Amino acid sequence: MTRKPISDTSEWTFKLIEEYHTEIERIAGNFGLDTYPVQLEIITAEQMMDAYSSVGMPVGYSHWSFGKEFVNTERNYKRGQMGLAYEIVINSNPCIAYLMEENSMPMQALVIAHAAYGHNSFFKSNYLFTTWTSADSIIDYLLFAKNYIHKCEQRYGEEAVEDILDSCHALKNFGVDRYKRPPRLSMQEEKSRQKEREAYLQSQVNELWRTIPVRQEEETHIEKQRFPDEPQENILYFIEKNAPLLEPWQREIVRIVRKIAQYFYPQRQTQVMNEGWATFWHYTLLNQLYDEGYCTDGFMIEFLQSHTNVVYQPSFDSPYYSGINPYALGFNMMSDIRRICENPDDEDREWFPEIAGSNWQETMDFAMRNFKDESFIGQYLSPRLMRDFKFFAIVDDDKNQQIEVSAIHNNQGYQQLRQTLSEQYNLGSREPNIQVHDVDIRGDRSLTLRHTLYQRMPLDKSADEVLKHTARLWGFDVRLETVDENGNIINTLECQPVRG
Amino acid sequence: MTQIVDRRLNGKNKSAVNRQKFLRRFRQQIKKSVENAISERSVTDLDKGEKISIPQKDTTEPFFHHGPGGHREVVNPGNREFQTGDKIPRPEGSGQGSGGGEASDSGEGMDDFVFELSREEFLQFFFEDLELPNLVKTQLSSVDEVHKVRAGHTSDGIPSNINVIRSLTGALGRRIALRAPYKQEIEEKQQELEDLLKRHNDTDPVVIEVKQRIEQLEKKINAIPFIDTFDLRYDNRIDQPKPTTQAVMFCIMDVSGSMGREEKDIAKRFFMLLYLFLTRTYEKIQVVFISHHTIASEVDEETFFYSRETGGTVVSSALKLVSSIIQDRYPTSDWNIYAAQASDGDNWHNDSSICSKVMTESIMPYVQYFAYIEITADRHQNLWEEYTDIKAKWDNFAMKRIENVADIYPVFRKLFKKRNP
Repeated sequence: MTRKPISDTSEWTFKLIEEYHTEIERIAGNFGLDTYPVQLEIITAEQMMDAYSSVGMPVGYSHWSFGKEFVNTERNYKRGQMGLAYEIVINSNPCIAYLMEENSMPMQALVIAHAAYGHNSFFKSNYLFTTWTSADSIIDYLLFAKNYIHKCEQRYGEEAVEDILDSCHALKNFGVDRYKRPPRLSMQEEKSRQKEREAYLQSQVNELWRTIPVRQEEETHIEKQRFPDEPQENILYFIEKNAPLLEPWQREIVRIVRKIAQYFYPQRQTQVMNEGWATFWHYTLLNQLYDEGYCTDGFMIEFLQSHTNVVYQPSFDSPYYSGINPYALGFNMMSDIRRICENPDDEDREWFPEIAGSNWQETMDFAMRNFKDESFIGQYLSPRLMRDFKFFAIVDDDKNQQIEVSAIHNNQGYQQLRQTLSEQYNLGSREPNIQVHDVDIRGDRSLTLRHTLYQRMPLDKSADEVLKHTARLWGFDVRLETVDENGNIINTLECQPVRG
Repeated sequence: MTQIVDRRLNGKNKSAVNRQKFLRRFRQQIKKSVENAISERSVTDLDKGEKISIPQKDTTEPFFHHGPGGHREVVNPGNREFQTGDKIPRPEGSGQGSGGGEASDSGEGMDDFVFELSREEFLQFFFEDLELPNLVKTQLSSVDEVHKVRAGHTSDGIPSNINVIRSLTGALGRRIALRAPYKQEIEEKQQELEDLLKRHNDTDPVVIEVKQRIEQLEKKINAIPFIDTFDLRYDNRIDQPKPTTQAVMFCIMDVSGSMGREEKDIAKRFFMLLYLFLTRTYEKIQVVFISHHTIASEVDEETFFYSRETGGTVVSSALKLVSSIIQDRYPTSDWNIYAAQASDGDNWHNDSSICSKVMTESIMPYVQYFAYIEITADRHQNLWEEYTDIKAKWDNFAMKRIENVADIYPVFRKLFKKRNP
């Protein structure tokens, strides 16, 4: 192939970006990647830091914690401790990918392939993203949230708003529906319905807390009734709908934090898959680009160098070790699936009879669409990969003096390793199981949360602080009971709201 | 449909609001850091930012998560020698725990949260309890004015800045240089032509050929442009801080036993504020520190703020020293002289009249401004009486009794007013 490469310097220009993008888009199309339209945005390092510290969103409401994040990022960047992330991509339609001004041309091409095609197609097709997030309206919703919160600051004072936001942030991981699909977001509807909702919500709350005496026969009926009748896992939702003292605008803020947490929930569940998929595709797309003669050897060397850095996995005893690198695990699993399809050996046929020798594009597409980290690892982690990573499982039990190696990468250990690793990515067991258990509606209006112990893992000490925030939102006493596997209450934390 | 959008020109300070919120939230801690910084800094060293550190535990946001303990099983990469069933002692303080790479869960033993406060932010905090009016705040934190000065010539600029003489000199030089080779050849050809004409007649092809060549060369010479964009030279002007005159600032402080650490801290703020004012007005400032008890001496800053003497107080000794230093080193024709005196007002009673004399005769006529603060919660001391007389006579004298730093500003009120007619 004697095609002339698109460029031979590392400087980028708008024209070059466009040319590379055209080719990458064509190749991605040939591989059958289904994507949202792409919008590439060139930004400076400072802007990257801005984006970075507001959880990667182009617009967002303001809060001191984002300022802290920014100050931190800026300091680390200036000290040179950290290269900036070279890509931020937003799950929106069109899909917005940021290209940083300082990057060289090969890096820009890598980001285009990684973010604008890899992540983009994942956002568009993975079942968690399609059910839980709405790419069409997220930017609009964030804009609504930003303006609404700004308006509240002007009307009710910055401090009052900050208090509510602090409390909501403390509970934000408990502001998601894990099983029920949330309704789609839309700016217009939000705006038009928000007023109605304020009025309606307040009336509902008033109904629940009404103090006019009820007739005798009703009362006996109510005595037995529990509220809520089922435990509720979405604590913020419960507070939004039922907290007795919140003002309508405060309920709206609770809702905003909850909605945004919900939007990020799929990302937290698909880190390995999402990064793995994007890394696999930037690797495949750029190699194809090279094979077709569009880029030079120098380009490839620069690309491969950063690719290698990204997928590097230090071993557990290295000073650089900070857990399993999701890029490394994801990329290797994705590449491994392709290998099993194209080039299976006997072991693969035994472990993966249904995919060994199948069409790799279809198989990977299926895997990308229908799994999250936990199930993806449970389904596709191969013995070969466990050997490559030299995985071993350790049991750390506070009842024992020593920790114990429970499985290693050998025939007896494969199943258990896979099981353990899969469990490690299960948000359901990684986060404590805390649900709204009971509200004393006829008595002191106190709220009881119940923490069900899992593997005897206790709550961190900061639970006290979180409880204070919960009490602030609820407005009355809040209790947190810890229940062991047999249903016995073994510990209770209590907190009273500070009345201002 | 793909779009490439250049966002670089969009505002880059999107996080400024969040940063302000962050600073506001940790005001107490930051203020404390700033106060410490001020007591460690020199009087003349206010114009830079400061590193602030806040305990990490204050800045973390709480959320429900698992603490250490319980039964956990975690997968790690990089096994070398472990076999199933191996028992290993529990590693000390390792991040063994929550799995998934949240190694720093415990929230203890972590470093402080350290960040840089910019110069403006630092001054904001410095001004905070001095209770300066806003106008004065902006005046003090504004960066020096600049003006344009000539700085040679450049090869590009705006038409109105074209330097005609330079440009034409350049053009002339270029013309001469470019013409030289042709000129030389023409001369050679003319010589040749003369020789040829001796042997041939006018219409001979050889003669015609040489004539044509000469014509050609002349055309080339004429084609050299009289002036080219390349020749243009523009006057270059660069920004230079506005040249202002120089000033000297006398810091006079009573270091006798009655001045405690707290009084000295207030005095320091007082001197700093005057210094800051001077830096906005004068380009070059010298600071002279004079400490006194019964005798006065010129000292360095370190000694000035940190040494402690005992014994009585003779204020006139310091004033005499100031006067003699002015005579020797700072002629009023070259220097603007400012003086700031801090004392607890205690003075040897016979000395006060001498002070008054020295002030009226050899200090007040020469200084721009003399500010005196009496740092005491008790009743006025004898020096105050003498100074009250001086205040009545001299417009450029200000005095004030001070109990805390918020009282400092009024001493300078007139000083700051002068600049805002």
